[in-house]
Amino acid sequence: MNMWRTFRALFLQQKTRMEGVVVPDNIRCVQCGICSYNCPIGIDVRRYAWWGKPIRDSHCVTCGECVARCPRGVLRFEVLEQTLSSG
Amino acid sequence: MQYVLVGSGVAAVAAAETIRRLDARGRIYIIGEEKDGYYSRPGLAYYLTGEIPERMLFPMRPEDFRRMDIHLVHDRVEGIDPQAQRVRMTRRGWLPYDRLLLAVGAEAVRPDLPGVELEGVVYLDNLDRTRALLRLARRAKEAVVIGGGITALELAEGLRARGLKVHYLLRGDRYWRRVLDEVESRIVEQRLQHMGIRIHYRTEIEEILGKKGRVVGVRTKDGRVLRCQMVGIAVGIAPRIALAREAGIATDRGILVNEYMETSVPHIYAAGDVAQVFDPRVGRHVLDSLWPLARRQGIAAGYNMAGKRVPYRRGTPLNVTRLAHITTSIMGMVGQREADPDAGIVRGDSEVWRALPDAILAQKSEDINSIRLMVGERHLLGAVLMGDQTLSRALYTLIDQRADIRPIREALLKPQAPIADILADFWETWQRQHRPTSPAQEVSQ
Ligand SMILES: Cc1cc2nc3c(=O)[nH]c(=O)nc-3n(C[C@H](O)[C@H](O)[C@H](O)COP(=O)(O)OP(=O)(O)OC[C@H]3O[C@@H](n4cnc5c(N)ncnc54)[C@H](O)[C@@H]3O)c2cc1C
Ligand code: SF4
Ligand code: SF4
Repeated sequence: MNMWRTFRALFLQQKTRMEGVVVPDNIRCVQCGICSYNCPIGIDVRRYAWWGKPIRDSHCVTCGECVARCPRGVLRFEVLEQTLSSG
Repeated sequence: MQYVLVGSGVAAVAAAETIRRLDARGRIYIIGEEKDGYYSRPGLAYYLTGEIPERMLFPMRPEDFRRMDIHLVHDRVEGIDPQAQRVRMTRRGWLPYDRLLLAVGAEAVRPDLPGVELEGVVYLDNLDRTRALLRLARRAKEAVVIGGGITALELAEGLRARGLKVHYLLRGDRYWRRVLDEVESRIVEQRLQHMGIRIHYRTEIEEILGKKGRVVGVRTKDGRVLRCQMVGIAVGIAPRIALAREAGIATDRGILVNEYMETSVPHIYAAGDVAQVFDPRVGRHVLDSLWPLARRQGIAAGYNMAGKRVPYRRGTPLNVTRLAHITTSIMGMVGQREADPDAGIVRGDSEVWRALPDAILAQKSEDINSIRLMVGERHLLGAVLMGDQTLSRALYTLIDQRADIRPIREALLKPQAPIADILADFWETWQRQHRPTSPAQEVSQ
């Protein structure tokens, strides 16, 4: 039984999308601050999550720490069209 | 124009931000009785486990409020005089308003048990109480936790993370039966036991035992004595309606408001955990205790207070939380299975989840990943997703946007159907055909 194959595939796909941008889904966010606390660069990820804005901070090293630590699944990597066009 | 917002939680802060965007010059006061002002209340659970230090609980700094010219006042509002349009504060006396928002939240219910007043009886409810709880936890060895829902688990897990031996008492024979089905309850219980939390089913406290004013144990109704120095209680919450009731504002279990967040008294609004909001879709007033909805209500109140008539649309309730370390999302209507002896409305709860939809169940669980769908004739009505959350956003969008699922309905309902795969495929196609409005846009409007 491999009903989770698709899950896994999608998940891995997301994981390898590190070239993307961290995007929040702010209806899930409770402003707990775990993301900001764990960002090695000190980016205030929580602030972006409050406004539902992608983390367009040139310092973001897309390490995925915030994505992995958020207890609410708020954050994900996404390749945004704008990102692609602006390089 | 003078805006007075009572309570310094997320609903008041969201309202203040919104008002400032619409009215650059009005005076805005947020009056909060907690000296800590605005902080992440759900974050308290992670402060308890030690995942974040206290300073991380504050999403905004004092200068953020100053920049928006919002006056944060630490005081308690004791009374409202609707005729004269003013409120009375404990220390500062009277303050006039043109528009008043009551966003005073809900408080933890204190059960009627002998011994509840003893030192060592704790609630995970505000920052001050959490600090006290942590101080007690440093010298305690054993704890007993009672209640259903999320907060009770957060208490149990948090105290366990602090090294205490934890007994979790359930009145019924499984965890959170109001919202979870049996499989889901068992998954959580197994994980709790794995973490070293001892679950006692069908067990109620008869009395909390004390010595010199401190908790030393509990006696259960079946006559056992469990030794402990702390008793964590999360049996439900009650909206703080006294202030409104005394001012002659219509209340039920919460402060009654219409879709514009208006109470029965002109120029007075309510939002957040204290508000019981009319929902035209279900035709009655509904209570929620959800952070994102408190924020949305605050935003809607802000619009209306500043003179823009914008109705509040609650959308599909969603909570994503961790139950015994398993990320879990609960969305839409999932049905009330049976009456739950452990909890009324608890934190992180929505009454809508319990509305039993006319739906058939599709369910799949494997290891700690579990998915349960409420399948209507044409639409998905609700879902509970435990473990892997890859499909969570897709599912939420399909439910919230009322996607027509007839093409996959039959396949979903087949026994042993590979639900996740079917949904993932459907989502790919559906997404290509629809550009879903992001929930993010809805919140920030
Ligand atoms: C431990 C915990 C876990 C939670 N988990 C979740 C979760 O997983 N998901 C979720 O969505 N939600 C969760 N919640 C619920 C969420 O925190 C609430 O829905 C949200 O905080 C409600 O915001 P509010 O602004 O309405 O009220 P509150 O945040 O309660 O703020 C109200 C404030 O008003 C103050 N006040 C009251 N009376 C007066 C007065 N007379 N004068 C001045 N000030 C007054 C209170 O002291 C309080 O500070 C959780 C809550 C707790 C405690
Ligand atoms: S960790 Fe997640 S829930 Fe917490 S503030 Fe960050 S995005 Fe929001
Ligand atoms: S991906 Fe890494 S660097 Fe970028 S915001 Fe998240 S934690 Fe910070």
